[in-house]
Amino acid sequence: MRDVAIVAFGQSGTRRTSAEVSEVEMLMPVLHQVLGAVGLRAGEIDFTCSGSSDYLAGRAFSFTMALDGVGAWPPIAESHVEMDGAWALYEAWVKLLTGEADTALVYSYGKSSPGDLPEVLTRQLDPYYVAPLWPDSVSLAALQAQALIDAGDTDERALAEVAARGRNAAADNRHAQVTRSAPPGALLDAPYLVRPLRRHDCPPIGDGAAAVVLAAGDTARRLCARPAWIRGMDHRIEPHGLGVRDLTRSPSTRLAATRAGAFEAPVDLAELHAPFTSQEIILRRELELDDGVRLNPSGGAPAANPMMAAGLIRLGEAAAALHRGDADRALAHATSGPCLQQNLVAVLEGEAR
Amino acid sequence: MTPAPAPEVLKAPLVVEFPFTRSLGPVQSAFLTGLRERTVLGVRTAGGRVLVPPVEYDPDTAAELRDLVEVAPTGTVTTWAWNPAPRRGQPLSTPFAWALVRLDGADTALLHALDAPGPDAVRTGMRVRVRWAEEREGSITDIACFEPYDGPATHEPGPHDGVFADPVTGIVAPARLDYTYAPGRAQSRYLAALAGRKTVGERCPSCRKVYVPPRGACPTCGVATEEQVEVGPGGTVTTFCIVNIKARNLDIEVPYVYAHIALDGADLALHGRIGGIPYDQVRMGLRVTPVWTEGGRYPDHYRPTGEPDADYDTYKELL
Repeated sequence: MRDVAIVAFGQSGTRRTSAEVSEVEMLMPVLHQVLGAVGLRAGEIDFTCSGSSDYLAGRAFSFTMALDGVGAWPPIAESHVEMDGAWALYEAWVKLLTGEADTALVYSYGKSSPGDLPEVLTRQLDPYYVAPLWPDSVSLAALQAQALIDAGDTDERALAEVAARGRNAAADNRHAQVTRSAPPGALLDAPYLVRPLRRHDCPPIGDGAAAVVLAAGDTARRLCARPAWIRGMDHRIEPHGLGVRDLTRSPSTRLAATRAGAFEAPVDLAELHAPFTSQEIILRRELELDDGVRLNPSGGAPAANPMMAAGLIRLGEAAAALHRGDADRALAHATSGPCLQQNLVAVLEGEAR
Repeated sequence: MTPAPAPEVLKAPLVVEFPFTRSLGPVQSAFLTGLRERTVLGVRTAGGRVLVPPVEYDPDTAAELRDLVEVAPTGTVTTWAWNPAPRRGQPLSTPFAWALVRLDGADTALLHALDAPGPDAVRTGMRVRVRWAEEREGSITDIACFEPYDGPATHEPGPHDGVFADPVTGIVAPARLDYTYAPGRAQSRYLAALAGRKTVGERCPSCRKVYVPPRGACPTCGVATEEQVEVGPGGTVTTFCIVNIKARNLDIEVPYVYAHIALDGADLALHGRIGGIPYDQVRMGLRVTPVWTEGGRYPDHYRPTGEPDADYDTYKELL
């Protein structure tokens, strides 16, 4: 099997609105940032894969217009997933593993500000039994949080601590949307949004974009001083019926992590994509992350959660920490869908220094 | 040629509606028809679990499921969330609890609304029963909601053949999403110029091509186009088609001609309708100019200028 690494990562800031720019105008500076980091032009990339959803901005075929930003004419080898960019990265990784390509550009973007995101997300649900009820994303997360509280696995105070830790960690993250937090105790004075969740338990809604460059073997070593080698990556899905699942557990995360090799050696850094605070509790348990692991130094989803990009950002942040020498073995996780419906886990390593 | 100014951010409401018509599998059909008849059906897996709402395939083994079971319209809340501000389309318009309810006789839970006076009246483990909608048509909303119920199961689960008169075979799932559309920098500049009856493209700083209408990026070079260039008003028909099908809500007599038009100075053709000439006399190379109508925010159509036709070599790269 070939060795494949993340050799560059870039992201836009995540902002509540980006009405002044179109998708491609928001995305292009990020593409130029990652290509510039490795000294490649768009035409020198072997494979391009993106993740986005036209439902977010209600803009049909926006992903084809975003492609203008990579210089897709004359035609390039290109693919798209209607998923978070972490899954686009997975597709590109497989492409590089086959030997069909040596370099790949992966990007994703989400412009949620034109619509009502919690309502838009109802359209991804089972169209027969669930979508006709229009259950918004916050309400579904609240059902999961209540189940976790009922099981004695957490309480509202612990959830507030998750939010506060994430937002305080993001104080130095210039890409974050919400930074710094009142103490957890004070957060509990706020009213419920959808009980048992308060506003701090929910991710900020924001627009943003992210991109990474992947490269194989010696190409990766040439492009990056310390490549973030992908040692394993897997993604798994839960049954789609919410009432079929035990919402307090995430067997798909556990399985993906096992198959990605996450339990074969301890990690020193983890970037988890837990849009709602209660989901971090679930993920930490499934991934056996104790207090010795640095968790989401970027701040994670409580600080910025641009739809379709937030998962890719977790992989990018973990890779960037390896590039900088701030970590040696990192776990990155991405999720998609209601209540941790789909989960992807990657294990990244830097070579010994 | 001028460097592009920062445009006013344009915004407009955008409503997207998509009424999907979905066909049902045999299990879904029996379940939704059953709701119409105030009967709740589940499906039993090979492992003995009863799934409500029922699915066509076993979530664990992917085996086809057909063994229907009638369960009680009473059950127990397995988790809940208090929704103080119901949204459009949700089952109740007054504050309610979302709840997952495991009906008596079922092993899995169904998502629906629970009508309760307040969050203090709701708890995990509480007993509830189905409140049926007055008018039922074979959809999940035939259950109006759940309501508190202080009692045992109203009947024992038992096998059911799933046969009803006039079964439901499909559902229409209307959906509407409201957006505030914002076209971004390049298209805002284009639209602002168009309001002054000028067509303004943007030039790629790398390959020097002028794109009309501009979308903000050169698709060949992958860089931003920011230098504005006024093009036209005259242009050349590069290719065209004759439309014989009358579009709904379009007040144009057929047949008419829809054409690709390379405006003078543009390196990309835009499209528009050709008028002022019989449809069967439109040809490649025809020289045209825009026709504006009173109050129109974009050219209504393009008409011939009367100039000699453009030579093929002048527009062959723009086809």
